[in-house]
Amino acid sequence: MKKKTVFIEGPISPSFISDSIAKHQSKHSIGGHNIFLGQVRADEIEGKTVAAIDFTAYEDMALEQIAEIREKAFKTFDLTCMHIYHSLGKIKAGELCFFVFVSAKHSKDIYAATEYLVNIVKKKVPIFGKEIFEDDTHQWKTNIK
Amino acid sequence: MITIKYFGMLAEHTKCTEEQMDFKALKLSELVQDLKVKYQLNPASFHVALNHKLVQDSEDVTLQFQDEIALLPPFAGG
Repeated sequence: MKKKTVFIEGPISPSFISDSIAKHQSKHSIGGHNIFLGQVRADEIEGKTVAAIDFTAYEDMALEQIAEIREKAFKTFDLTCMHIYHSLGKIKAGELCFFVFVSAKHSKDIYAATEYLVNIVKKKVPIFGKEIFEDDTHQWKTNIK
Repeated sequence: MITIKYFGMLAEHTKCTEEQMDFKALKLSELVQDLKVKYQLNPASFHVALNHKLVQDSEDVTLQFQDEIALLPPFAGG
């Protein structure tokens, strides 16, 4: 199974996102794109504020999972292309850590596919997050089921 | 050899990201039980993956030479 680039060290920059959009302008079968961007939130937990999340992953397993997710998404939805990127390392509140980019002929498919992809990555891909508070203490993030 | 990998809060708790053990034809459940005792792990706090696939029932699996086992805490991507 082909493994694509998924993990990016550090935050996902707005210019990376605009470059990704530009790269798709030569694909003339595309009629619409949809983008989901995950941003690190400064949650307040028991009086302490999250300053950053330090992401790690079981990369070999994560890439295999994402390859399977891609395959299923292409079977389920009529997509032209899709990309999933996730940050590793310390991402500060307000920075972007997750970028899902779906392109298709028609808008109907891209909304459903984006929602599917965002939810399944959260659920199935072994990515771990250490929430670092402003006082340098931390707790481990758990996705709400 | 068998490789055991630890991630997230489990790597923090065990103070170890990876270790290797001599191969024994154990059931996966026996190995996990040994690790629970060795590191005083809470069984509700992790899932087990074998060669990059989540294992539902580790009673059914006998370890093979060069298997890679991973103990995975709750996922937090997105």
